[in-house]
Amino acid sequence: MELNAVQLSGAEIVVQALIDEGVQYVFGYPGGSVLHIYDALFKQDRVKHILVRHEQGAAHAADGLARATGRCGVCLVTSGPGATNAVTGIATAYMDSIPLVCITGQVPTPVIGSDAFQEVDTVGITRPCVKHNFLVKDVRDLALTLRKAFFIATTGRPGPVVVDIPKDVTDPNVKIPYVYPREIRMRSYHPTEKGHPGQIKRALDLMLQAKRPVFYTGGGVILGEASALLTELVRLSGYPITSTLMGLGAYPMTDPQFIGMLGMHGTYEANMAMHETDVLIAIGARFDDRVTGKIEHFCPHAKIIHIDVDPSSISKNVRVDVPVVGQVASVLAELVRLWKEQAPSAVGRPVAEWWDKIGEWRRVDCLHYDRTSEKIKPQFAVETLYKVTGGDLYLTSDVGQHQMFAAQFYPFDKPRRWINSGGLGTMGFGLPAAMGVQLAFPEAQVACISGEASILMCIQEMATCKQYNLPIKVILLNNGYMGMVRQWQEFFYGSRYSHSYVDALPDFVKLAESFGHVGMRVERPADLEAAMAEAFAMKDRFVFLDVVVDPTENVYPMIVAGKGQHEMHLAPSLSERELA
Amino acid sequence: MRHIIAVLLENEAGALSRVAGLFSARGYNIESLTVAPTDDPTLSRMTLVTTGNEEIVEQIKKQLNKLIDTVKLLDLTEGPHIEREMMMIKVRAEGENRQELKRLVDIFRAKIIDVTDTSYVVELTGASKKLDAFIDAVPEGLIVEVVRSGPTGIARGEKGLSL
Repeated sequence: MELNAVQLSGAEIVVQALIDEGVQYVFGYPGGSVLHIYDALFKQDRVKHILVRHEQGAAHAADGLARATGRCGVCLVTSGPGATNAVTGIATAYMDSIPLVCITGQVPTPVIGSDAFQEVDTVGITRPCVKHNFLVKDVRDLALTLRKAFFIATTGRPGPVVVDIPKDVTDPNVKIPYVYPREIRMRSYHPTEKGHPGQIKRALDLMLQAKRPVFYTGGGVILGEASALLTELVRLSGYPITSTLMGLGAYPMTDPQFIGMLGMHGTYEANMAMHETDVLIAIGARFDDRVTGKIEHFCPHAKIIHIDVDPSSISKNVRVDVPVVGQVASVLAELVRLWKEQAPSAVGRPVAEWWDKIGEWRRVDCLHYDRTSEKIKPQFAVETLYKVTGGDLYLTSDVGQHQMFAAQFYPFDKPRRWINSGGLGTMGFGLPAAMGVQLAFPEAQVACISGEASILMCIQEMATCKQYNLPIKVILLNNGYMGMVRQWQEFFYGSRYSHSYVDALPDFVKLAESFGHVGMRVERPADLEAAMAEAFAMKDRFVFLDVVVDPTENVYPMIVAGKGQHEMHLAPSLSERELA
Repeated sequence: MRHIIAVLLENEAGALSRVAGLFSARGYNIESLTVAPTDDPTLSRMTLVTTGNEEIVEQIKKQLNKLIDTVKLLDLTEGPHIEREMMMIKVRAEGENRQELKRLVDIFRAKIIDVTDTSYVVELTGASKKLDAFIDAVPEGLIVEVVRSGPTGIARGEKGLSL
């Protein structure tokens, strides 16, 4: 076989492997250690390279593409600062289990460990925030290692994989036979596939006995491409469903069985249902502290079923009664089949009393806000965004109040439409992530909702958007504060707004214009819809819409850290109904 | 409770630091850790001793299994097993202490592997508790230096932890 193999250098192997993996876009930034690879990229046109303006943006953009498409994102950065700049993006992908391959240049093997120029121990630095990483010391290992990297990143519970390649390994003068290994087996890595039939049966039995059941679903449903199966099972059962921040859109949020997001800023009905449920069906969710609140008060009456591909997620934070380890799609397919087969009489089974109770909670109207305000309320801005985009939008987000308002007020009916940094909570994620999404779906409406603090953390990527004509719409909810920090300081620090005021903001309209984009500013509620419509009508332009919102609005409901999920703070206007 | 966990790892650069990093990152206790290649040079065998309640130890095992370099894992404490640790201990051996120490060595079935006019180096193998007992039995003030390998272990019976 090797006789017929093409002779390639290490640099050419990197590029050819990307081609063989079907990679369309690589997000990167050149530098000394990766110059051989960049030269190989230059000589072909199969893989398109997107030049970002900061390596963090490269990782986020690759991540955004992966979240929107389900394919593996790829970024390419140089050694030293290139790699360290990418670390925030890698950690972001790790916390949300996003498949990413990050190729980092390294100083030549003979000088590794000598504190050479732009040397850093990339494998050491990234170890705690990757699914796996490799240092390739021999060009003969390069193709197999890259294949392994893609295999590991995309299978099981996905995650980022770093491949660190010293410069001499990509030497253009050393050519070896290249054969890309299609099939791969690793004796130390066997991701779980099917769930245990006995456990699935036990889960079904428990579900059928439930009087006050709730589905609690997370990002794993989206990562596992199981949205359709989840929707089928939920509808068959007639049970209510809530979702984590990461799982929004896996089940249509406009459907009446959807009772809203749960957790710290979840709906009253979702958190109360969690508190009162007798059978909790957790699917592809990880019992994060922002969901559980104080563990001792979490679902005190419930038997818990937990379906997850990662065994280490089971009983990590909360002890579960019926664990099912397996790919969510395969387990759900089996549950749907069994439900249809064994419980035909239970289809649409009345859990009517339970729904009555949920109806009472719903009538609290926990997401109520002042619609008569003369200032633009951030909630109103998100609702207007929904109206103008007809719900058909890829929405990336930064981190903070705007992220929560978007999660609460923009109902996503499809998976992979809501793209945000849930686990790591990385400010600066939204804009570069939107670049990845827009490149993957050039015809789609793509927006980034952000705050004036978050957006400045990766503002340089506006230049990338100009270079590649990415018609992203930035919806900036500009309240002049780091809103979520300000909210916590108001609640817990006696309104001492320590360094949460964003003084000396740029003129965002002029800033956008200076990057070659369209900038707009809206200050009155009456002007908002027309302005958004105008922005989205500019289908070939990047538009930065600076929306001046009420600076003091808070996100409600809120479960204070350390409190139980039923101990929510509601908006002051609803506080007469607030629980003790 | 104390657990002895045996892990077969890919014998690759960085595998050990992945395990050590896991314990520090997740705040798990680690009492000892030994590692060496096996008869198959592509595999290392690691024995680690950790303590924690059942939930924590369960998580430790899951997290270890999750490491891509982990090929197989066995909690030896779950079944009958043999635990051995090796110790070399340098003691001051002068005057009548020489005889006293010699008797202790016999009682513990240890070996004296280095002798000078004023010192012995004693080699002792056994379960960690036996090593502790020997240290306790050496008359006060005579210990110059102690080096212990950390426990290794193997399950009893015919089944082996191998590929």
